[in-house]
Amino acid sequence: MEVKPKSACESCAHFNEAGLKKLGVNTTAYDHVIALAGNPNTGKSTVFNALTGLRQHTGNWPGKTVTRAEGGFEYNKEKYKLVDLPGTYSLLSTSEDEEVARNFILFGRPTVTVIVVDASRLERNLNLVLQILEITDRAVLCLNLMDEAKRNKIEIDTRSLARDLGIPVVPTSARFNEGIPELIQTISEVASGAIVCRPHRIKNIPKNIENAVEELSEEIKKEYPDIPNSRWIAFRLLEGDQHIIELLKSGEFEEYIS
Amino acid sequence: MKQKNIDNIIALSNDLRWQIGDEFHDNLAEGIYADAAEIVKGAVHKENGNKRLRLDAKIDKIVTSKVWGFPLMFLILAFVLWLTIIGANYPSAMLAELLLNTVHPALKSFASSVGMPWWLDGFLIDGVYLAVAWVIAVMLPPMAIFFPLFTLLEDFGYLPRIAFNLDHLFKLSGAHGKQALTMSMGFGCNAAGVVATRIIDSPRERLIAIITNNFSLCNGRWPTQILIATIFIGAVVPSSMSGIASLGAVIGVAVLGICFMFLTSWALSKTVLKGEVSTFNLELPPYRPPRFWKTIYTSIIDRTLIVLWRAIVFAAPAGAVIWLISNIHIGDLSIAAWMIDSFDGFAFLFGLNGVILVAYIVAIPANEIVIPTILMLTVLVTGISGGEGAGVMFELESASATGDILRAGGWTLLTAVNLMLFSLLHNPCSTTIYTIYKETKSTKWTVIASILPVIMGFVVTFLVAQIWRLFL
Repeated sequence: MEVKPKSACESCAHFNEAGLKKLGVNTTAYDHVIALAGNPNTGKSTVFNALTGLRQHTGNWPGKTVTRAEGGFEYNKEKYKLVDLPGTYSLLSTSEDEEVARNFILFGRPTVTVIVVDASRLERNLNLVLQILEITDRAVLCLNLMDEAKRNKIEIDTRSLARDLGIPVVPTSARFNEGIPELIQTISEVASGAIVCRPHRIKNIPKNIENAVEELSEEIKKEYPDIPNSRWIAFRLLEGDQHIIELLKSGEFEEYIS
Repeated sequence: MKQKNIDNIIALSNDLRWQIGDEFHDNLAEGIYADAAEIVKGAVHKENGNKRLRLDAKIDKIVTSKVWGFPLMFLILAFVLWLTIIGANYPSAMLAELLLNTVHPALKSFASSVGMPWWLDGFLIDGVYLAVAWVIAVMLPPMAIFFPLFTLLEDFGYLPRIAFNLDHLFKLSGAHGKQALTMSMGFGCNAAGVVATRIIDSPRERLIAIITNNFSLCNGRWPTQILIATIFIGAVVPSSMSGIASLGAVIGVAVLGICFMFLTSWALSKTVLKGEVSTFNLELPPYRPPRFWKTIYTSIIDRTLIVLWRAIVFAAPAGAVIWLISNIHIGDLSIAAWMIDSFDGFAFLFGLNGVILVAYIVAIPANEIVIPTILMLTVLVTGISGGEGAGVMFELESASATGDILRAGGWTLLTAVNLMLFSLLHNPCSTTIYTIYKETKSTKWTVIASILPVIMGFVVTFLVAQIWRLFL
């Protein structure tokens, strides 16, 4: 008797529509926390609404989401709580919205961070992406506004992008609900560990700084062997981030990361 | 032991920071940009130039130009207001017909058929029900038009351009450029405008934006402005010009409100709210064709109904109070009549009258019921025929009939002008006051935000009245 090898499509993960339930604001007893980060005006709130079935007001002006919005969905019997963070260009400065986003990704311990970017302005958006990838090693890039990118005749090789960034890349047009099933599937795979990310780490830094970061990062790892982002903490300490220094001194840092 | 290690880490970071010098931040940022450029080079392919970006740039060149930026803004504002005012007339009339002329009599006859005592029926149906019905009839249609229009402009991407145009003026007045956005929102509803100030990071500038939001003429006040302008301002010019004159007067009041907003922002930032103007990056987002129906749907659900609900919650008790003060008698006169009598002399100083002041006191919950209350109280004190009885708010079919009642109540052109000014410059409605308290969590700032505009209103109407009487 001959056993035929299964076709790749049978074993490959694909979106299971029956398994999806949009939970709106009902976020009790969740299995995973998903953070939604990204530059202002990349359609983060639209992605949030598409995932949760909520109709949080969206508007075409930067900085619309000021407080954290939360919602949820259920997929394949796992419950996901989604946190929509304020849009920021960077995580390196001290403004309130950046602080909210930075602290949540750093200490809120989301299972997966979904980074929403504007496909037609990828280079500018990568600034934030590369910073987030220093903090977390479970991320998905949501390449949003693909409809606009297509209209602008911009082609993006998502495979090579995913390879360079070391995280899965999902092209979407959230306004038209395109790519959202794939995004949900990808989020679930990263959350379950089926996809393991090898996030890009910032490379083009002068040697002396790289050495300093390395040295400091080693010390931090000695003290806190479990943290995945010792390099980022080193960045912040070298920057003189008073918030982090205070947390370290008061011992709260340990509580946050455990 | 642990503490020592942590101290070591911090000490090491201090040492290293000295070693690598103060270039660290810039070097890191440059490193990130270099990485980003490399990645994009490998993954993104652009086909020659960006036609769309060029179109965006062309639109921006016009809407943010020094010459066209401001006129275009006023034109768009005028257009939105015109659509709101004209468009709201019909549904407002229909709702009024339904709620006031059909449901109200039906409720009354039901009440008498079950033998409800007159005071209970008056309190509930003439008081509470009528106030709620007024608020719905007058407030719902303009909001259901204004908010979606505003949201469409927002989704299209026009609002950040307004902020861009006004940024310089806001900076001069010591306020945050994003206040332009919250100010525009206030033209719909001040409570919504106050909530929108969350986009301003600096607490100092946010307070300025909250306190001055009331100078944006809101939906509840537009109808008052329009009605009074039509009756009194439109009447002083030839009838062919009266439409334009009254619309001009209303827009004039709105622009005056913007001037007061800048002036107050400036005064606050020079005195109690001193501080640096914070800089911020405002990205002019690409223009996006809004998704029409979805936008209409969400703006009605998210904004209109929520604001309407809050207004109803506050209007219902106000209706009860209005009915009570005009039906409870002390001696021969109702409380309302007593109040009006005692306010009359004081009100004369400001070119107003006792009825107006009483109406503004009892109508704190919702600006929409000011005109109906004024009419009801005028009929009550003058004893002229008309109206529906003590404590029953009403509005007349035609503006001219309303004008007749008001003139019989002693109104002049000065009363009208000062009422328009006072409608712009008085305390925010209770919904807004409550929202201010929720947002600032401070009694002090809530009180200041509530009292400051009334004081300004009294000063302005006083000056206008004195100068008017001196020269005219």
